Amino acid sequence: MSDFVLFDEEFQQIKEVIGRLKMDAQAKVVFIVDKNGQQIAAQGDLESLDTTSLASLTAGNVAATDGLAKLIGEKEFPVLFHEGERDNVYISIVGQRVILVVIFDERSSLGLVRLRVRKATQDLERIFDAIQKKVEEEKERRHEGIDSPFAEITDDDIDSLFRE
Amino acid sequence: MTFINYAAREINCKIVYYGPGLCGKTTNLQYIYDRTNPSAKGKLISLATETDRTLFFDFLPLDLGTVRGFKTRFHLYTVPGQVFYDASRKLILKGVDGVVFVADSQDARMDANVESLQNLEKNLKEHGFDLTTIPYVLQLNKRDLPTALPADELYRQLNYKGEPTFEATAPTGVGVFDTLKAVAKQVLMELRKK
Ligand SMILES: Nc1nc2c(ncn2[C@@H]2O[C@H](COP(=O)(O)OP(=O)(O)OP(=O)(O)O)[C@@H](O)[C@H]2O)c(=O)[nH]1
Ligand SMILES: [Mg+2]
Repeated sequence: MSDFVLFDEEFQQIKEVIGRLKMDAQAKVVFIVDKNGQQIAAQGDLESLDTTSLASLTAGNVAATDGLAKLIGEKEFPVLFHEGERDNVYISIVGQRVILVVIFDERSSLGLVRLRVRKATQDLERIFDAIQKKVEEEKERRHEGIDSPFAEITDDDIDSLFRE
Repeated sequence: MTFINYAAREINCKIVYYGPGLCGKTTNLQYIYDRTNPSAKGKLISLATETDRTLFFDFLPLDLGTVRGFKTRFHLYTVPGQVFYDASRKLILKGVDGVVFVADSQDARMDANVESLQNLEKNLKEHGFDLTTIPYVLQLNKRDLPTALPADELYRQLNYKGEPTFEATAPTGVGVFDTLKAVAKQVLMELRKK
């Protein structure tokens, strides 16, 4: 299985897209998580938010719902929506790879969020396609002898992580 | 699936603690959580039943420090050990970089250990992983109990590929960090090959 790699160029593009989405959808927070629960990027009022936990729980939620879908013979449930008293969470899958999460309150609406997410999803799919291509090119280049930054990791490097 | 973030200069790795029900997986994470500097850890999330059995997973994010200019972040997960939670167990293995198998040393749990190990092998396969090649550590837990079998007998039955093996008593922390360190080391060594 290939690793997920994020480069600075695409990271900036992703942040731009979700920053725009946050504004257009009048959302409080927008963030992107990979399906394994690693946070990729976030925009909005993050101070009061434990985004690492959020990422892991979102991925768990999507994984459980995916399992549920397969059980009843659906491919997936592309959208999950949780409605709270104050805040609502809109979760959607981008290009079957990553998860887009939008948190919003009464200043926005489900209709508006859905509309803006659709637009942003197209942009994000394009960016993630580009990342994939880059990773594959990188891999080929490596076969021609260019080292990864970790090729030189030594036992000492690793032992030093555990020194107290 | 290691997540290498060049933008934030971070490596994210996922480690899963596997093993039969009540073998001490959650206890391992709790000990690590209790003994880790607040600045190096996130919240410990436990999705558990009312009787403290893991229902879906425990999750603990850890920062181990910097290697070659990259922050190394480990996401530790436990699976629910009870047999009937197999569907959830499978989900947690998604994208795993390294596995710790926590065995229960008690004689009466030997069959459960063997069954859980076979279950691990099968569930890894369904995600396209292979226990023979994935970073892997065996922990023989509950060494403090009088009903514990001799370690070499456990090893004979549970050793899979000559993996690093540690005797542990998770509630007091014996063997807990040695186990974590051994699996983290293998995961980082894997990066060398990529
Ligand atoms: N004596 C002793 N008790 C232990 C040891 N490790 C764990 N326990 C106890 O065993 C019980 C179960 O431990 P957990 O860590 O919850 O087990 P688990 O593997 O997470 O169980 P599931 O969530 O059901 O899969 C708890 O009461 C622990 O205190 C050990 O090394 N020695
Ligand atoms: Mg548990």
